[in-house]
Amino acid sequence: MAQKVAIVGTGQTDHKSHRPDVTGQEMIREAVDRALEDCGITIRDIDAIVIGNMDHFESINYVDNWSIEGSGGFMKPIMKVTTGGTTGASVAIAAYYHVASGMFDRVLAIGWEKNSESDTTGAIITCSDPIWDRFSYSGAIPSLATEATAYMKQYGATQEDAARVAVRDRNNALNNPHAHLQRPITLEDVMSSPMLAHPIKLLDVCPRTDGACAVVFAADGEAQRLAKKPAWIHASAVRHTYSWFGDSTDYDAGLVSLARASQEAYKKAGITDPSRELDVAELYLPYTYAGIKWIEDLKFCGRGEGAKFVREGNTNMDGMIPVNPSGGVISTNCIGATALLRVAEASIQVMGKGGKRQLPKVNKALATGFGGCFWSDVMILGAERS
Amino acid sequence: MTTERDYDKLLTVALDKAMPYDWSIGLHGSMFFQEIRENQRFVGIRCPQCKKVYVPPRRVCGPCYTEMDELVPLSDTGTLRAFSVVNYPFIDPNTGGQRPVPYTYGYIQMDGADNIFSHIINETDVSKIEVGMRLKAVFKPKEKMQGHITDIIHFDIIS
Ligand SMILES: [Zn+2]
Repeated sequence: MAQKVAIVGTGQTDHKSHRPDVTGQEMIREAVDRALEDCGITIRDIDAIVIGNMDHFESINYVDNWSIEGSGGFMKPIMKVTTGGTTGASVAIAAYYHVASGMFDRVLAIGWEKNSESDTTGAIITCSDPIWDRFSYSGAIPSLATEATAYMKQYGATQEDAARVAVRDRNNALNNPHAHLQRPITLEDVMSSPMLAHPIKLLDVCPRTDGACAVVFAADGEAQRLAKKPAWIHASAVRHTYSWFGDSTDYDAGLVSLARASQEAYKKAGITDPSRELDVAELYLPYTYAGIKWIEDLKFCGRGEGAKFVREGNTNMDGMIPVNPSGGVISTNCIGATALLRVAEASIQVMGKGGKRQLPKVNKALATGFGGCFWSDVMILGAERS
Repeated sequence: MTTERDYDKLLTVALDKAMPYDWSIGLHGSMFFQEIRENQRFVGIRCPQCKKVYVPPRRVCGPCYTEMDELVPLSDTGTLRAFSVVNYPFIDPNTGGQRPVPYTYGYIQMDGADNIFSHIINETDVSKIEVGMRLKAVFKPKEKMQGHITDIIHFDIIS
C-alpha cells in the first residue's frame, strides 16, 4: 500500500504580465525559496524534484537541465513532466507518486512560465495534428469557444451567465497579494470587452502571466514535523483523451475527462455529495463558460444547472462551495504553473494560511487541472491524515 | 503543400516555407485525399469493435485500441456541431505569417460519420451561423489539388 503523503509548504511569485528583472531560472528560484521557507527547510532537505512548463513556449528544451540553478536540483534526482495545461497538476501528482512510493521523503514540485517570452498561440497550435487539424486550429480560445457554443445551444446559457464567473474570480483576486490582475470588474465590463472568438470576449479569458509556483510534498511522519497543519492528499486522478480535437468533445456527455477523473477521486476520498462535502474548490477555469459548464461535470449541480448555481451565489466566498478564493486562472495564468497553483491554493486553504482569501473552516479541498485536448487532472486534499 | 513521392499511395505534408519538417500522412489518410481528388467525396473508416465511423480514416480506434480496415464511403455534406469566429491576429506556425482573420472554425459531423471533422466555415457573421446548420464541402479544382487538407477550401452553409 502507498505511503501517506501531505503538502507541507507552498511558494509562489508575485505574478505579473512581464518580469524583465529576472531570467526564467531566477524567477523559479523565487517560488522555490518561498516554498522551502514556508515549511522551514533548505534545499539540502529535498530528496527529488519534479518540474514542468509548456513545451515549446520559451523555446527552451531540456528545461529540467536548464533550470537547475533555480530549482536547486544540482546532483539531485530530477524529472521533467509536461502535459500541456495540466502540467502543473501532473507535476504535483508525479511528486505525490514519488513520495507515496516510499522511495523519497521530501519532494519538490515546480511549475513555471514566462508567457511574456513565449509565442503562446503558435506553441499551442503545434500541439494539434499537423496533417488534419493545424491549418484551421488557432490555439486555446477557439477550441474552448466551440465547446461554449454547443453548450449555449443545448442549455440556453447566455454570455451574461458566463460573465458572472469572471466577476466572481476577478473580485476574489483582490484578496490575493500574488494575483496578476488586481482591478475589480463588473458584469458590464465583461460584456463590453472586445470579442476575441465568438462567444469569448477579452474579459472572459485568462491573461498571459510570468510566474512560478513550488510545492513541498512530505511523507507521513515527516509531514507532521514540517507543518503544524499539513494538507494530506486524499486522492488524485488523471484522465487524458487523445489527439483529435473534434473527437475529444462529446457535447451530450460534457467534459468527459473531468467527469471521469473527479468521479474516481471522489470515490477514493469517500465523497458522495461534492458541493456539500467539499469546503473549497480551486478550479482550472481558463475561460468563464467553464465556470458554469465544468462544475456540472464535477457534480456540483445537475446538467444545465451551472448558470443558475453560479447566479444564486453558491460558488461565492460565503456560498455552499466557494470556487477560486485565489482569483483563479482568469486572474493569473503562468500556464506551466497554473494547475500547480490550484493545488497550492487548495492546500493553503487546508493549512489555514490564506490571509485575506482564507475561508473560515476548510476540511476538504478540491484542485483541478485542465489542458491539452480537453484533458483533466484532479487532486483532493484534506486536514485529516489520510 | 504535399510532396508527390508516390501519388498513387503514400503522401507527405510539407510546410509552405522551407522548414526542416514534413509528416507522413499514412495509408488511410492518403486514401482519403485520393478519394477527395478522384470523386470529391469523403471516406471514413469503421471500428470493428465499437462500430464508430471515423473521418478522416486512421489506422487505430483510440478508445478501443483496435486496428480498423473497413472503409466507408461518405458524401460531402454534414452538420455543424460547434463553431467559433476567430477575430484576433496571430502567427501561423505552419507558414510563419499572419493567419488571415476573421475566419470561422467549425466542428462538423459528416453524414454517416460518428466523430467530428474540423474545418473552416464560409461565413463570419455570427448572426448567420447556428449549431445544427447543414453544410457542404467546397473543393479546389481537381488539377489544383495537392493531397492536402486545403484541397477542401471550406464548407458552405446550405440550410
Ligand atoms: Zn472502437
